[in-house]
Amino acid sequence: MKRIYVNEAWCLGCHLCEYNCAFANSGLRDMASALKGRQIYPRIHVEGKDGVFFAVSCRHCDDPLCVKSCIAGAISKTDGVVQINREKCVGCLTCVLVCPYGALAPGENGAMQKCELCLQNSCGAPACVTGCPNGAIVYEEREAAV
Amino acid sequence: MKRYVIIGNGVAAVGCIEGIRSADGAGEITVISAEPHPVYCRPLISYYLEGKTDLQRMQYRDGSFLANVGCTVRYGVRAQAIDPQAKTVALSDGAQLPYDALCVAAGSSPFLPPMQGLETVPRKFTFQTLDDALALEQAITPESRVLIVGAGLIGLKCAEGLHARVGRITVCDLADRVLSSILDAAAAARVQKHLEAQGIRFLLGDSVAQFSADFAEMKSGETVPFDVLVLAVGVRPNTSLVKEAGGETDRGILIDERMATTLPDVYAAGDCAQGYDRSCGARRVLALLPNAYLQGHAAGVNMAGGCASFDRGIPMNSIGFFGLHLMTAGSYDGEVIAADSGEAYKRFFVKDDRLTGFILIGGTDRAGIYTAMVREQTPLHTVDFSLLTSAATSAAFSPAVRTERFGGAV
Repeated sequence: MKRIYVNEAWCLGCHLCEYNCAFANSGLRDMASALKGRQIYPRIHVEGKDGVFFAVSCRHCDDPLCVKSCIAGAISKTDGVVQINREKCVGCLTCVLVCPYGALAPGENGAMQKCELCLQNSCGAPACVTGCPNGAIVYEEREAAV
Repeated sequence: MKRYVIIGNGVAAVGCIEGIRSADGAGEITVISAEPHPVYCRPLISYYLEGKTDLQRMQYRDGSFLANVGCTVRYGVRAQAIDPQAKTVALSDGAQLPYDALCVAAGSSPFLPPMQGLETVPRKFTFQTLDDALALEQAITPESRVLIVGAGLIGLKCAEGLHARVGRITVCDLADRVLSSILDAAAAARVQKHLEAQGIRFLLGDSVAQFSADFAEMKSGETVPFDVLVLAVGVRPNTSLVKEAGGETDRGILIDERMATTLPDVYAAGDCAQGYDRSCGARRVLALLPNAYLQGHAAGVNMAGGCASFDRGIPMNSIGFFGLHLMTAGSYDGEVIAADSGEAYKRFFVKDDRLTGFILIGGTDRAGIYTAMVREQTPLHTVDFSLLTSAATSAAFSPAVRTERFGGAV
Protein backbone atom coordinates (compact mmCIF):
# COMPACT_ATOMS: atom_id res chain seq x y z
CA MET A 1 0.00 0.00 0.00
CA LYS A 2 1.01 3.63 -0.40
CA ARG A 3 2.66 5.23 2.58
CA ILE A 4 4.34 8.56 3.30
CA TYR A 5 8.13 8.70 3.04
CA VAL A 6 10.55 11.52 3.59
CA ASN A 7 13.88 12.04 1.87
CA GLU A 8 16.04 13.67 4.51
CA ALA A 9 18.55 14.83 1.91
CA TRP A 10 15.85 17.14 0.54
CA CYS A 11 13.96 18.08 3.73
CA LEU A 12 14.61 21.74 4.51
CA GLY A 13 13.23 21.54 8.04
CA CYS A 14 10.78 24.32 7.12
CA HIS A 15 7.86 22.79 9.11
CA LEU A 16 5.37 23.64 6.34
CA CYS A 17 4.15 20.02 6.47
CA GLU A 18 3.10 20.59 10.07
CA TYR A 19 1.00 23.62 9.08
CA ASN A 20 -0.50 21.90 6.05
CA CYS A 21 -1.38 18.89 8.20
CA ALA A 22 -2.99 20.96 10.94
CA PHE A 23 -4.96 22.91 8.35
CA ALA A 24 -6.06 19.81 6.46
CA ASN A 25 -7.40 18.28 9.65
CA SER A 26 -8.94 21.46 11.04
CA GLY A 27 -12.11 21.15 9.01
CA LEU A 28 -11.85 24.88 8.27
CA ARG A 29 -11.71 26.49 4.81
CA ASP A 30 -9.49 29.40 5.68
CA MET A 31 -5.87 28.78 6.66
CA ALA A 32 -5.52 31.94 8.71
CA SER A 33 -8.45 31.19 10.99
CA ALA A 34 -7.28 27.58 11.32
CA LEU A 35 -3.68 28.35 12.20
CA LYS A 36 -2.90 31.98 12.93
CA GLY A 37 -2.17 32.72 16.56
CA ARG A 38 -3.21 29.21 17.60
CA GLN A 39 -1.27 26.30 18.99
CA ILE A 40 -1.31 23.70 16.25
CA TYR A 41 -1.54 19.94 16.68
CA PRO A 42 -0.12 18.44 13.49
CA ARG A 43 0.02 14.69 12.88
CA ILE A 44 3.43 15.00 11.26
CA HIS A 45 6.41 16.70 12.85
CA VAL A 46 9.93 17.64 11.86
CA GLU A 47 12.92 16.33 13.79
CA GLY A 48 16.59 16.81 13.09
CA LYS A 49 20.01 17.95 14.19
CA ASP A 50 23.12 19.43 12.63
CA GLY A 51 21.36 20.55 9.48
CA VAL A 52 19.72 17.16 8.80
CA PHE A 53 15.92 17.22 8.99
CA PHE A 54 13.15 14.73 8.42
CA ALA A 55 9.40 14.68 8.93
CA VAL A 56 7.91 11.87 11.01
CA SER A 57 4.38 10.54 10.66
CA CYS A 58 2.69 7.17 11.21
CA ARG A 59 4.42 4.29 9.40
CA HIS A 60 1.18 2.27 9.22
CA CYS A 61 3.27 -0.73 10.29
CA ASP A 62 2.50 -4.23 9.10
CA ASP A 63 2.35 -5.29 12.75
CA PRO A 64 1.40 -2.15 14.68
CA LEU A 65 2.23 -2.24 18.38
CA CYS A 66 -0.12 0.66 19.09
CA VAL A 67 -3.13 -1.36 17.91
CA LYS A 68 -2.22 -4.27 20.17
CA SER A 69 -1.36 -2.04 23.12
CA CYS A 70 -4.26 0.41 23.21
CA ILE A 71 -5.99 -0.02 26.57
CA ALA A 72 -9.20 1.46 25.20
CA GLY A 73 -9.45 -0.68 22.06
CA ALA A 74 -9.48 2.65 20.21
CA ILE A 75 -6.81 1.95 17.59
CA SER A 76 -7.47 -0.36 14.68
CA LYS A 77 -6.08 -1.11 11.28
CA THR A 78 -8.47 -1.13 8.35
CA ASP A 79 -7.40 -1.54 4.73
CA GLY A 80 -3.79 -0.96 5.77
CA VAL A 81 -4.48 2.32 7.55
CA VAL A 82 -3.96 2.58 11.30
CA GLN A 83 -6.79 4.69 12.70
CA ILE A 84 -7.82 6.08 16.08
CA ASN A 85 -11.39 6.23 17.27
CA ARG A 86 -11.02 9.46 19.23
CA GLU A 87 -14.38 8.93 20.94
CA LYS A 88 -12.99 5.83 22.64
CA CYS A 89 -9.53 7.21 23.43
CA VAL A 90 -9.04 8.18 27.09
CA GLY A 91 -5.66 9.86 26.55
CA CYS A 92 -3.56 7.40 28.58
CA LEU A 93 -0.61 7.75 26.14
CA THR A 94 0.15 4.02 26.08
CA CYS A 95 0.45 4.30 22.29
CA VAL A 96 3.13 6.97 22.76
CA LEU A 97 4.96 4.61 25.11
CA VAL A 98 5.01 1.77 22.56
CA CYS A 99 5.42 3.45 19.16
CA PRO A 100 9.11 3.09 18.18
CA TYR A 101 8.81 5.94 15.68
CA GLY A 102 7.36 8.66 17.89
CA ALA A 103 4.44 9.02 15.50
CA LEU A 104 1.53 9.67 17.88
CA ALA A 105 0.74 12.72 19.98
CA PRO A 106 -2.27 14.10 21.81
CA GLY A 107 -4.56 16.52 20.03
CA GLU A 108 -6.16 19.65 21.40
CA ASN A 109 -8.67 17.89 23.67
CA GLY A 110 -6.23 15.28 25.00
CA ALA A 111 -7.41 12.42 22.78
CA MET A 112 -4.61 11.01 20.68
CA GLN A 113 -4.23 11.67 17.00
CA LYS A 114 -2.03 10.38 14.26
CA CYS A 115 -1.61 10.49 10.50
CA GLU A 116 -4.49 8.78 8.72
CA LEU A 117 -3.15 9.72 5.27
CA CYS A 118 -5.76 12.48 4.83
CA LEU A 119 -8.22 9.78 3.82
CA GLN A 120 -10.74 10.93 6.43
CA ASN A 121 -10.59 14.66 5.70
CA SER A 122 -11.52 16.60 2.60
CA CYS A 123 -8.02 16.48 1.08
CA GLY A 124 -8.23 12.91 -0.11
CA ALA A 125 -4.44 12.78 -0.46
CA PRO A 126 -1.80 13.65 2.14
CA ALA A 127 -1.59 17.44 2.49
CA CYS A 128 1.98 17.24 3.78
CA VAL A 129 3.03 15.67 0.47
CA THR A 130 1.11 18.08 -1.74
CA GLY A 131 2.46 21.07 0.13
CA CYS A 132 6.11 20.09 0.53
CA PRO A 133 8.02 22.83 -1.33
CA ASN A 134 11.02 20.64 -2.07
CA GLY A 135 9.33 17.36 -2.90
CA ALA A 136 10.98 15.80 0.15
CA ILE A 137 7.80 14.04 1.28
CA VAL A 138 6.28 11.50 -1.07
CA TYR A 139 3.28 9.18 -1.02
CA GLU A 140 4.06 5.95 -2.81
CA GLU A 141 4.39 2.17 -2.71
CA ARG A 142 7.69 0.85 -1.37
CA GLU A 143 9.11 -2.41 -0.15
CA ALA A 144 11.04 -2.65 3.12
CA ALA A 145 14.26 -0.65 2.99
CA VAL A 146 17.31 -2.74 3.86
CA MET B 1 -12.19 -29.31 12.73
CA LYS B 2 -9.99 -28.27 15.60
CA ARG B 3 -11.62 -27.34 18.90
CA TYR B 4 -10.12 -24.40 20.78
CA VAL B 5 -11.06 -23.43 24.32
CA ILE B 6 -10.06 -20.19 26.00
CA ILE B 7 -10.53 -19.76 29.75
CA GLY B 8 -11.09 -16.08 30.43
CA ASN B 9 -12.66 -13.30 28.38
CA GLY B 10 -10.25 -10.41 28.69
CA VAL B 11 -7.80 -8.85 26.28
CA ALA B 12 -5.51 -11.91 26.26
CA ALA B 13 -8.50 -13.95 25.07
CA VAL B 14 -9.12 -11.51 22.23
CA GLY B 15 -5.45 -11.70 21.27
CA CYS B 16 -5.77 -15.48 21.32
CA ILE B 17 -8.92 -15.50 19.17
CA GLU B 18 -7.31 -13.18 16.63
CA GLY B 19 -4.14 -15.26 16.70
CA ILE B 20 -6.09 -18.46 16.05
CA ARG B 21 -8.04 -16.86 13.22
CA SER B 22 -4.85 -15.62 11.57
CA ALA B 23 -3.93 -19.27 11.04
CA ASP B 24 -7.21 -21.20 11.15
CA GLY B 25 -10.40 -19.69 9.81
CA ALA B 26 -12.60 -22.68 10.53
CA GLY B 27 -11.82 -24.20 13.96
CA GLU B 28 -14.41 -24.00 16.69
CA ILE B 29 -13.54 -21.46 19.42
CA THR B 30 -15.26 -21.45 22.80
CA VAL B 31 -14.53 -18.79 25.42
CA ILE B 32 -15.35 -19.38 29.08
CA SER B 33 -16.27 -16.04 30.63
CA ALA B 34 -16.85 -15.97 34.38
CA GLU B 35 -17.87 -12.34 34.04
CA PRO B 36 -21.30 -11.81 32.47
CA HIS B 37 -20.05 -9.07 30.12
CA PRO B 38 -18.68 -8.96 26.60
CA VAL B 39 -14.96 -8.23 26.62
CA TYR B 40 -14.35 -4.72 27.93
CA CYS B 41 -11.32 -2.56 28.60
CA ARG B 42 -10.51 -3.48 32.17
CA PRO B 43 -8.07 -0.59 32.75
CA LEU B 44 -10.88 1.84 31.90
CA ILE B 45 -12.98 1.17 34.98
CA SER B 46 -11.51 4.22 36.73
CA TYR B 47 -12.17 6.31 33.61
CA TYR B 48 -15.75 5.06 33.75
CA LEU B 49 -16.16 6.38 37.30
CA GLU B 50 -14.54 9.62 36.20
CA GLY B 51 -17.01 9.98 33.32
CA LYS B 52 -14.32 9.86 30.63
CA THR B 53 -15.86 6.80 29.04
CA ASP B 54 -19.11 4.88 29.30
CA LEU B 55 -20.25 1.27 29.15
CA GLN B 56 -20.65 1.41 25.38
CA ARG B 57 -17.34 3.05 24.52
CA MET B 58 -15.34 0.87 26.91
CA GLN B 59 -16.18 -2.25 24.91
CA TYR B 60 -12.85 -3.61 23.69
CA ARG B 61 -14.28 -4.76 20.36
CA ASP B 62 -17.40 -3.64 18.54
CA GLY B 63 -20.67 -5.55 18.65
CA SER B 64 -20.00 -7.54 15.49
CA PHE B 65 -16.69 -8.95 16.74
CA LEU B 66 -17.86 -12.38 17.91
CA ALA B 67 -19.92 -12.96 14.79
CA ASN B 68 -17.04 -11.86 12.57
CA VAL B 69 -14.51 -14.17 14.19
CA GLY B 70 -17.00 -17.01 14.66
CA CYS B 71 -16.60 -17.63 18.34
CA THR B 72 -18.93 -18.80 21.11
CA VAL B 73 -18.73 -17.19 24.55
CA ARG B 74 -20.24 -18.94 27.55
CA TYR B 75 -21.03 -16.15 29.97
CA GLY B 76 -21.34 -16.54 33.72
CA VAL B 77 -19.66 -19.94 33.67
CA ARG B 78 -16.43 -20.81 35.47
CA ALA B 79 -13.78 -23.31 34.51
CA GLN B 80 -13.30 -25.59 37.51
CA ALA B 81 -10.70 -28.11 36.44
CA ILE B 82 -8.52 -29.07 33.51
CA ASP B 83 -8.03 -32.75 32.73
CA PRO B 84 -4.88 -32.76 30.60
CA GLN B 85 -5.14 -36.50 29.83
CA ALA B 86 -8.76 -36.49 28.66
CA LYS B 87 -8.22 -32.95 27.29
CA THR B 88 -11.37 -31.56 28.82
CA VAL B 89 -12.30 -28.57 30.95
CA ALA B 90 -14.90 -29.07 33.67
CA LEU B 91 -17.29 -26.13 33.89
CA SER B 92 -19.35 -24.81 36.79
CA ASP B 93 -22.58 -25.67 34.92
CA GLY B 94 -21.59 -29.34 34.94
CA ALA B 95 -20.43 -29.53 31.33
CA GLN B 96 -17.17 -31.18 30.25
CA LEU B 97 -15.75 -29.20 27.36
CA PRO B 98 -13.31 -31.07 25.12
CA TYR B 99 -10.37 -29.23 23.56
CA ASP B 100 -7.62 -29.88 21.08
CA ALA B 101 -5.79 -26.76 22.24
CA LEU B 102 -6.49 -24.75 25.38
CA CYS B 103 -5.45 -21.25 26.41
CA VAL B 104 -5.64 -20.26 30.06
CA ALA B 105 -6.17 -16.52 30.12
CA ALA B 106 -7.73 -16.46 33.55
CA GLY B 107 -6.30 -13.16 34.74
CA SER B 108 -5.65 -12.34 38.34
CA SER B 109 -7.62 -11.84 41.52
CA PRO B 110 -7.39 -9.20 44.21
CA PHE B 111 -5.11 -10.23 47.02
CA LEU B 112 -6.74 -9.73 50.42
CA PRO B 113 -4.36 -10.21 53.32
CA PRO B 114 -6.02 -11.09 56.63
CA MET B 115 -7.05 -7.84 58.30
CA GLN B 116 -8.51 -7.55 61.77
CA GLY B 117 -12.18 -6.65 61.81
CA LEU B 118 -12.60 -6.53 58.02
CA GLU B 119 -15.74 -8.64 58.29
CA THR B 120 -17.43 -5.84 60.25
CA VAL B 121 -17.14 -3.36 57.34
CA PRO B 122 -20.43 -3.26 55.41
CA ARG B 123 -19.31 -1.29 52.33
CA LYS B 124 -16.04 -2.76 51.13
CA PHE B 125 -14.95 -3.23 47.55
CA THR B 126 -12.11 -4.42 45.41
CA PHE B 127 -11.39 -2.55 42.17
CA GLN B 128 -10.56 -4.87 39.36
CA THR B 129 -13.65 -5.67 37.35
CA LEU B 130 -16.47 -3.74 35.77
CA ASP B 131 -18.84 -5.19 38.36
CA ASP B 132 -16.51 -3.91 41.09
CA ALA B 133 -16.72 -0.42 39.60
CA LEU B 134 -20.51 -0.57 39.19
CA ALA B 135 -20.94 -1.76 42.80
CA LEU B 136 -18.63 0.97 44.07
CA GLU B 137 -20.55 3.54 42.06
CA GLN B 138 -23.77 2.43 43.77
CA ALA B 139 -22.21 2.80 47.22
CA ILE B 140 -20.79 6.33 46.96
CA THR B 141 -22.46 9.67 47.57
CA PRO B 142 -21.03 13.18 47.12
CA GLU B 143 -20.38 13.17 50.87
CA SER B 144 -18.71 9.76 51.11
CA ARG B 145 -15.46 9.43 53.00
CA VAL B 146 -13.45 6.82 51.14
CA LEU B 147 -10.50 4.91 52.50
CA ILE B 148 -8.36 3.18 49.89
CA VAL B 149 -5.90 0.59 51.14
CA GLY B 150 -3.07 0.47 48.63
CA ALA B 151 -1.25 3.29 46.83
CA GLY B 152 -0.36 1.28 43.73
CA LEU B 153 -1.71 1.74 40.22
CA ILE B 154 -5.13 0.31 41.06
CA GLY B 155 -5.57 2.28 44.28
CA LEU B 156 -4.49 5.60 42.80
CA LYS B 157 -6.51 5.22 39.58
CA CYS B 158 -9.49 4.40 41.79
CA ALA B 159 -8.81 7.58 43.78
CA GLU B 160 -8.74 9.63 40.59
CA GLY B 161 -11.94 8.03 39.30
CA LEU B 162 -13.78 8.73 42.57
CA HIS B 163 -12.32 12.17 43.21
CA ALA B 164 -15.11 14.36 41.78
CA ARG B 165 -17.86 12.08 43.08
CA VAL B 166 -17.08 11.74 46.79
CA GLY B 167 -16.36 14.00 49.74
CA ARG B 168 -12.97 12.88 50.92
CA ILE B 169 -10.35 10.31 49.95
CA THR B 170 -7.61 8.87 52.16
CA VAL B 171 -5.08 6.42 50.74
CA CYS B 172 -2.87 4.31 52.97
CA ASP B 173 -0.04 1.97 52.09
CA LEU B 174 2.49 -0.07 53.99
CA ALA B 175 5.17 1.20 51.60
CA ASP B 176 6.70 4.56 52.36
CA ARG B 177 5.82 5.97 48.93
CA VAL B 178 3.14 5.84 46.25
CA LEU B 179 3.51 3.52 43.23
CA SER B 180 6.40 1.83 45.00
CA SER B 181 6.64 -0.96 42.42
CA ILE B 182 7.38 1.40 39.52
CA LEU B 183 8.72 4.70 40.90
CA ASP B 184 11.83 5.75 42.77
CA ALA B 185 11.47 7.89 45.89
CA ALA B 186 11.85 11.28 44.17
CA ALA B 187 9.37 10.46 41.40
CA ALA B 188 6.92 9.08 43.94
CA ALA B 189 7.20 12.27 45.97
CA ARG B 190 6.28 14.33 42.89
CA VAL B 191 3.24 12.22 42.13
CA GLN B 192 2.16 12.27 45.76
CA LYS B 193 2.45 16.06 45.92
CA HIS B 194 0.36 16.38 42.75
CA LEU B 195 -2.34 14.12 44.18
CA GLU B 196 -2.27 15.90 47.53
CA ALA B 197 -2.85 19.18 45.68
CA GLN B 198 -6.16 17.64 44.54
CA GLY B 199 -7.11 17.06 48.17
CA ILE B 200 -6.26 13.36 48.40
CA ARG B 201 -4.72 12.51 51.75
CA PHE B 202 -1.98 9.90 52.22
CA LEU B 203 -0.96 7.74 55.15
CA LEU B 204 2.21 6.03 53.97
CA GLY B 205 4.41 3.61 55.84
CA ASP B 206 1.25 2.82 57.75
CA SER B 207 -1.33 0.06 57.76
CA VAL B 208 -4.66 -0.74 59.34
CA ALA B 209 -4.41 -2.42 62.74
CA GLN B 210 -8.14 -2.89 63.23
CA PHE B 211 -11.24 -2.20 61.15
CA SER B 212 -14.56 -1.29 62.63
CA ALA B 213 -17.75 -0.70 60.63
CA ASP B 214 -16.92 2.91 59.81
CA PHE B 215 -13.42 3.62 60.98
CA ALA B 216 -9.96 2.16 60.82
CA GLU B 217 -7.40 2.29 63.57
CA MET B 218 -3.98 2.60 62.00
CA LYS B 219 -0.76 1.10 63.34
CA SER B 220 0.49 4.67 63.74
CA GLY B 221 -2.32 5.28 66.22
CA GLU B 222 -4.39 7.48 63.93
CA THR B 223 -8.09 6.79 63.47
CA VAL B 224 -9.50 7.17 59.95
CA PRO B 225 -13.29 7.41 59.70
CA PHE B 226 -14.78 6.17 56.41
CA ASP B 227 -18.07 5.27 54.74
CA VAL B 228 -16.66 3.25 51.87
CA LEU B 229 -13.57 1.04 51.89
CA VAL B 230 -11.62 0.05 48.77
CA LEU B 231 -9.06 -2.76 49.05
CA ALA B 232 -6.34 -2.36 46.44
CA VAL B 233 -3.46 -4.12 48.11
CA GLY B 234 -2.42 -6.12 45.09
CA VAL B 235 -3.38 -8.95 42.78
CA ARG B 236 -2.43 -12.61 42.47
CA PRO B 237 -2.27 -14.47 39.15
CA ASN B 238 -4.97 -17.12 38.82
CA THR B 239 -2.75 -20.17 38.58
CA SER B 240 -4.78 -22.84 40.34
CA LEU B 241 -6.36 -24.52 37.27
CA VAL B 242 -2.96 -25.27 35.77
CA LYS B 243 -1.30 -26.02 39.08
CA GLU B 244 -3.97 -28.54 40.07
CA ALA B 245 -3.70 -30.19 36.66
CA GLY B 246 0.01 -30.75 37.29
CA GLY B 247 1.41 -27.85 35.27
CA GLU B 248 4.38 -25.86 36.49
CA THR B 249 3.63 -22.60 38.23
CA ASP B 250 5.63 -20.07 40.16
CA ARG B 251 4.06 -16.71 40.95
CA GLY B 252 2.24 -17.16 37.66
CA ILE B 253 1.71 -20.01 35.21
CA LEU B 254 5.13 -20.68 33.70
CA ILE B 255 5.22 -20.34 29.93
CA ASP B 256 7.92 -20.58 27.31
CA GLU B 257 8.45 -18.13 24.43
CA ARG B 258 5.65 -19.90 22.52
CA MET B 259 3.28 -19.32 25.47
CA ALA B 260 3.15 -23.10 26.10
CA THR B 261 2.72 -24.32 29.67
CA THR B 262 4.29 -27.59 30.75
CA LEU B 263 0.97 -29.35 30.03
CA PRO B 264 0.56 -30.66 26.47
CA ASP B 265 -1.54 -28.39 24.21
CA VAL B 266 -2.19 -26.01 27.09
CA TYR B 267 -1.06 -22.42 26.67
CA ALA B 268 -1.33 -19.43 28.98
CA ALA B 269 -1.37 -15.69 28.39
CA GLY B 270 -1.98 -12.42 30.19
CA ASP B 271 -2.03 -11.57 33.87
CA CYS B 272 -2.07 -15.22 34.98
CA ALA B 273 1.08 -16.09 33.04
CA GLN B 274 4.74 -15.75 33.89
CA GLY B 275 6.73 -15.31 30.69
CA TYR B 276 10.09 -14.00 29.70
CA ASP B 277 10.91 -10.41 30.66
CA ARG B 278 13.59 -9.26 28.27
CA SER B 279 14.61 -6.33 30.45
CA CYS B 280 15.78 -8.57 33.29
CA GLY B 281 16.41 -11.87 31.48
CA ALA B 282 14.12 -13.88 33.75
CA ARG B 283 10.49 -14.97 33.77
CA ARG B 284 8.19 -12.47 35.43
CA VAL B 285 4.48 -11.81 35.61
CA LEU B 286 3.92 -8.81 33.33
CA ALA B 287 0.36 -7.89 34.20
CA LEU B 288 -0.07 -5.26 31.50
CA LEU B 289 -2.65 -4.97 28.78
CA PRO B 290 -0.21 -4.80 25.84
CA ASN B 291 1.59 -7.94 26.99
CA ALA B 292 -1.75 -9.68 27.53
CA TYR B 293 -2.72 -9.07 23.91
CA LEU B 294 0.70 -9.97 22.53
CA GLN B 295 0.96 -13.16 24.58
CA GLY B 296 -2.59 -14.13 23.72
CA HIS B 297 -1.96 -13.59 20.03
CA ALA B 298 1.23 -15.68 20.05
CA ALA B 299 -0.58 -18.44 21.97
CA GLY B 300 -3.41 -18.41 19.44
CA VAL B 301 -1.11 -18.71 16.44
CA ASN B 302 0.67 -21.66 18.04
CA MET B 303 -2.58 -23.34 19.09
CA ALA B 304 -3.66 -23.22 15.46
CA GLY B 305 -0.46 -24.94 14.34
CA GLY B 306 1.39 -21.80 13.33
CA CYS B 307 4.70 -20.64 14.67
CA ALA B 308 4.88 -17.54 16.84
CA SER B 309 7.09 -16.52 19.68
CA PHE B 310 6.88 -13.54 21.97
CA ASP B 311 10.07 -12.97 23.87
CA ARG B 312 10.11 -9.20 23.90
CA GLY B 313 7.86 -8.52 26.85
CA ILE B 314 9.05 -5.86 29.25
CA PRO B 315 7.35 -4.13 32.15
CA MET B 316 5.96 -0.76 31.06
CA ASN B 317 3.36 1.70 32.21
CA SER B 318 1.84 4.87 30.86
CA ILE B 319 -0.48 6.43 33.34
CA GLY B 320 -1.84 9.85 34.15
CA PHE B 321 -3.27 11.37 37.29
CA PHE B 322 -5.16 14.67 37.05
CA GLY B 323 -3.20 15.74 33.97
CA LEU B 324 0.23 14.60 35.19
CA HIS B 325 1.54 11.88 32.88
CA LEU B 326 4.16 9.38 33.87
CA MET B 327 5.78 6.59 31.92
CA THR B 328 8.05 3.82 33.10
CA ALA B 329 9.63 0.82 31.41
CA GLY B 330 12.12 -1.94 31.97
CA SER B 331 13.97 -2.90 35.10
CA TYR B 332 15.89 -0.18 36.86
CA ASP B 333 19.22 -1.91 36.67
CA GLY B 334 22.60 -0.18 36.44
CA GLU B 335 23.83 3.39 36.51
CA VAL B 336 21.20 6.11 36.98
CA ILE B 337 21.31 9.06 34.64
CA ALA B 338 19.27 12.04 35.79
CA ALA B 339 18.19 14.29 32.94
CA ASP B 340 15.52 16.58 34.33
CA SER B 341 14.52 19.42 32.06
CA GLY B 342 12.14 22.18 33.01
CA GLU B 343 9.19 20.59 34.77
CA ALA B 344 10.07 17.10 33.54
CA TYR B 345 11.60 14.42 35.77
CA LYS B 346 13.63 11.93 33.76
CA ARG B 347 15.72 9.00 34.94
CA PHE B 348 17.48 6.58 32.62
CA PHE B 349 19.08 3.33 33.78
CA VAL B 350 22.11 2.14 31.86
CA LYS B 351 24.10 -1.07 32.12
CA ASP B 352 26.58 -2.77 29.75
CA ASP B 353 26.01 -0.25 26.96
CA ARG B 354 22.24 -0.84 27.07
CA LEU B 355 19.26 1.16 28.31
CA THR B 356 17.62 -1.11 30.90
CA GLY B 357 14.76 1.17 31.88
CA PHE B 358 13.45 4.68 32.46
CA ILE B 359 11.13 6.79 34.57
CA LEU B 360 9.54 9.90 33.07
CA ILE B 361 7.18 12.38 34.68
CA GLY B 362 6.25 14.88 32.00
CA GLY B 363 8.60 15.00 29.01
CA THR B 364 6.88 11.93 27.60
CA ASP B 365 6.80 12.98 23.93
CA ARG B 366 7.89 10.14 21.61
CA ALA B 367 8.89 8.02 24.64
CA GLY B 368 8.30 4.87 22.56
CA ILE B 369 11.72 5.52 21.07
CA TYR B 370 13.16 4.78 24.53
CA THR B 371 10.88 1.79 25.06
CA ALA B 372 12.05 0.28 21.77
CA MET B 373 15.66 0.73 22.88
CA VAL B 374 14.94 -1.19 26.08
CA ARG B 375 13.02 -3.88 24.20
CA GLU B 376 15.56 -4.22 21.38
CA GLN B 377 18.59 -3.81 23.65
CA THR B 378 20.04 -1.18 21.33
CA PRO B 379 23.79 -0.71 21.95
CA LEU B 380 24.14 2.84 23.26
CA HIS B 381 27.41 3.46 21.45
CA THR B 382 25.43 3.32 18.19
CA VAL B 383 23.21 6.27 19.16
CA ASP B 384 23.63 9.87 20.32
CA PHE B 385 22.58 9.09 23.86
CA SER B 386 23.17 12.56 25.27
CA LEU B 387 20.75 13.92 22.65
CA LEU B 388 18.24 11.24 23.65
CA THR B 389 18.38 12.12 27.32
CA SER B 390 17.33 15.66 26.43
CA ALA B 391 14.50 14.51 24.11
CA ALA B 392 13.39 11.31 22.43
CA THR B 393 14.20 11.72 18.74
CA SER B 394 15.15 9.52 15.82
CA ALA B 395 17.80 12.15 15.01
CA ALA B 396 19.91 10.27 17.57
CA PHE B 397 20.15 7.25 15.29
CA SER B 398 22.50 6.77 12.35
CA PRO B 399 21.29 7.66 8.84
CA ALA B 400 21.29 3.95 7.99
CA VAL B 401 18.92 3.15 10.85
CA ARG B 402 16.69 6.05 9.86
CA THR B 403 16.58 4.80 6.28
CA GLU B 404 15.46 1.40 7.52
CA ARG B 405 12.78 2.90 9.74
CA PHE B 406 11.48 5.71 7.56
CA GLY B 407 12.62 4.83 4.04
CA GLY B 408 10.55 1.72 3.44
CA ALA B 409 7.62 -0.36 4.63
CA VAL B 410 7.89 -1.48 8.27
